[in-house]
Amino acid sequence: MAATNIVYREIANKRATWALLALCGLFIVAGAGAHLTMEHYGHVITGMDNRIVWGLPHVFAVFLIVAASGALNVASTASVFGKSIYKPLAPLSALLALALLAGGLTVLMLDLGRPDRIIVAATTYNFKSVFAWNVFLYTGFFTIVGAYLWMMMERRMNAYAKHLGAAAFIWRLVLTTGTGSIFGFLVARQAYQSAVLAPTFIAFSLSYGTAIYLLVLAGACAIDDRPLGDAIVRRLKNLLATFVAASLYLVAVLHLTNLYFTRNHGIENFILMDGGIFTGLFWIGQVGIGSVLPLVLLLAPAKANLVRNRVLTASAAVVIGGFCQMYVTIIGGQAWPLNLFPGYKVSSSFFDGEVHNYAPSIWEIMLGLGGVALAIAIVFLALRLLRFLPERLDDATLDPSHAHAD
Amino acid sequence: MSEDNTPDAPAVQDPARRAFFGVSASAAAAAAGFVALAPGVRLMELAHAQSAYPAAGKFASSKIRWGMLIDTTKCATGCSACVSACNTENAIEPGSGRPAQSSQWIRKIELTEQADGHRELSLPMMCQHCANPPCVDVCPTGASFKRADGIVLVDRHICIGCRYCMMACPYQARSFVDEPLHDQNPEVPRGQGCVEACTLCVQRIDRGLGPACVEACTQAGHGAMLFGDLNDPKSEIATRIATTASSQVRADLRLDPGVRYQGI
Repeated sequence: MAATNIVYREIANKRATWALLALCGLFIVAGAGAHLTMEHYGHVITGMDNRIVWGLPHVFAVFLIVAASGALNVASTASVFGKSIYKPLAPLSALLALALLAGGLTVLMLDLGRPDRIIVAATTYNFKSVFAWNVFLYTGFFTIVGAYLWMMMERRMNAYAKHLGAAAFIWRLVLTTGTGSIFGFLVARQAYQSAVLAPTFIAFSLSYGTAIYLLVLAGACAIDDRPLGDAIVRRLKNLLATFVAASLYLVAVLHLTNLYFTRNHGIENFILMDGGIFTGLFWIGQVGIGSVLPLVLLLAPAKANLVRNRVLTASAAVVIGGFCQMYVTIIGGQAWPLNLFPGYKVSSSFFDGEVHNYAPSIWEIMLGLGGVALAIAIVFLALRLLRFLPERLDDATLDPSHAHAD
Repeated sequence: MSEDNTPDAPAVQDPARRAFFGVSASAAAAAAGFVALAPGVRLMELAHAQSAYPAAGKFASSKIRWGMLIDTTKCATGCSACVSACNTENAIEPGSGRPAQSSQWIRKIELTEQADGHRELSLPMMCQHCANPPCVDVCPTGASFKRADGIVLVDRHICIGCRYCMMACPYQARSFVDEPLHDQNPEVPRGQGCVEACTLCVQRIDRGLGPACVEACTQAGHGAMLFGDLNDPKSEIATRIATTASSQVRADLRLDPGVRYQGI
């Protein structure tokens, strides 16, 4: 009922909007430049090599792809679970999901050894490959969420939005299962080879996507001076806390199951105890900043006027923790050497038996940030040009019953 | 009679003569052909008769499974003849970047047993040419593929350089070409931005020869590497595997590698 009288409007033609887009443009140009440089000279100018084959670009790309799925939470809650308060916020949710996926895939594609052969990847498939499945999952996600967005925004099609919303909800769960399985199916590497990775990635996606959604929503409202009510922030606060707790729980399960098997004690000891940067990023970044701090900020009692700042700080912490998690998972998992000859100390010219170091190059950082900037630019350009956001997001508009109750 | 003396008279014998000349001409042509072709045919026969790999030099067939048996007790610590031969044959040179960025299709691994710290082994490690290769499973475009005769290769034309196969390979046997290449062997096409690995010197196998590393190991006097058809019960490699204990690296993964090791 609440949504019927809501007026949607583009964000205003303000200097702040264009300043943000210009900043994003700078990062996008820098990212494109990094890609062209890498393509010209080859990956020899990056920190990646034959031991760390997936580097910082993959940390950014997988983070964005995983977050894309989670950014759809608000739309799913409105369409699938029938929570009408979220309905006015659903178009932004779908837009953000598409933008994050576009940003992530762009980084992933531009880091390929042969990005010029992307048409080959789109037309030649090995259907046994989890990667090939993911190509279908990504294109399907674009199609379904795109159609869902259209049905939400086109009044004549509103009646069908619920069905598309349900399809998008199922599809994005499968998509994140696919992303987690990219690692989970790597039986050769001790850091991965776990069925727990797929549900863990789903929990990560719910957590990262909700956090980014909150930051983008607050940013869009701030840039356009739109009122944002506390009721919606408080609801999303509880949702985010649940997802962060679920992520932390599954991370604990992942490591505890690995610790059960003696053969995995080496890699677990590396990540949890003496892996240097990886141990630091795990405990301080992923667990401390990314999980414990947000849980404290979200769950500890706070004065009403502090809730919003706490939620946004927690969201930023979840994003930082998410990057740390991806770094530990992707790079840390490769840094630990493959164990070809149990019971032997090994050495070779190819660094067998050695923990491998990785230092990202400026090109990788620029490419990754370019992907983030692309996602932000898509969102804010769309918000500027099309009516994605309600004119008012205060409690009385979104949830009249709440306003009356107050 | 006059008719008999006519110039056409011989025409009475024409069929026989024609047949005679026909046969003669055919025989002459055949003889000429034999003279022309025999040396080549003979050389081919000799080559195959002398080749240690009778099945090599023919079309790749699923009846054949090329493999290698490495006797680690004969592999000398510090010897890298196999690595040098591979690099020469396949025109692999160190890149301009860090050592970890250079391609290594074959590498020597030195092992020391942790329990006593004394037993030392040395062995070459390369693509194990698995019967169930994980690199082929994960490749999104099908660029990683297994030839009918068991050789695992990368199709340079459809490899997009995603490196998923490198993540999946339990033997760390694959390399990524990080920079532009020069002075390539025309028989061994390589390319920047693509993944590559040991091909068992497929270009030599198709000429009836064995891999360069095996030849170099033999020439160096070690004889630690034996190449042959695992499917041929009469081949030396199949006989040795049937009669002596050998092992597969990461046998727990059940990949059925084509490269086996003795003495580990």
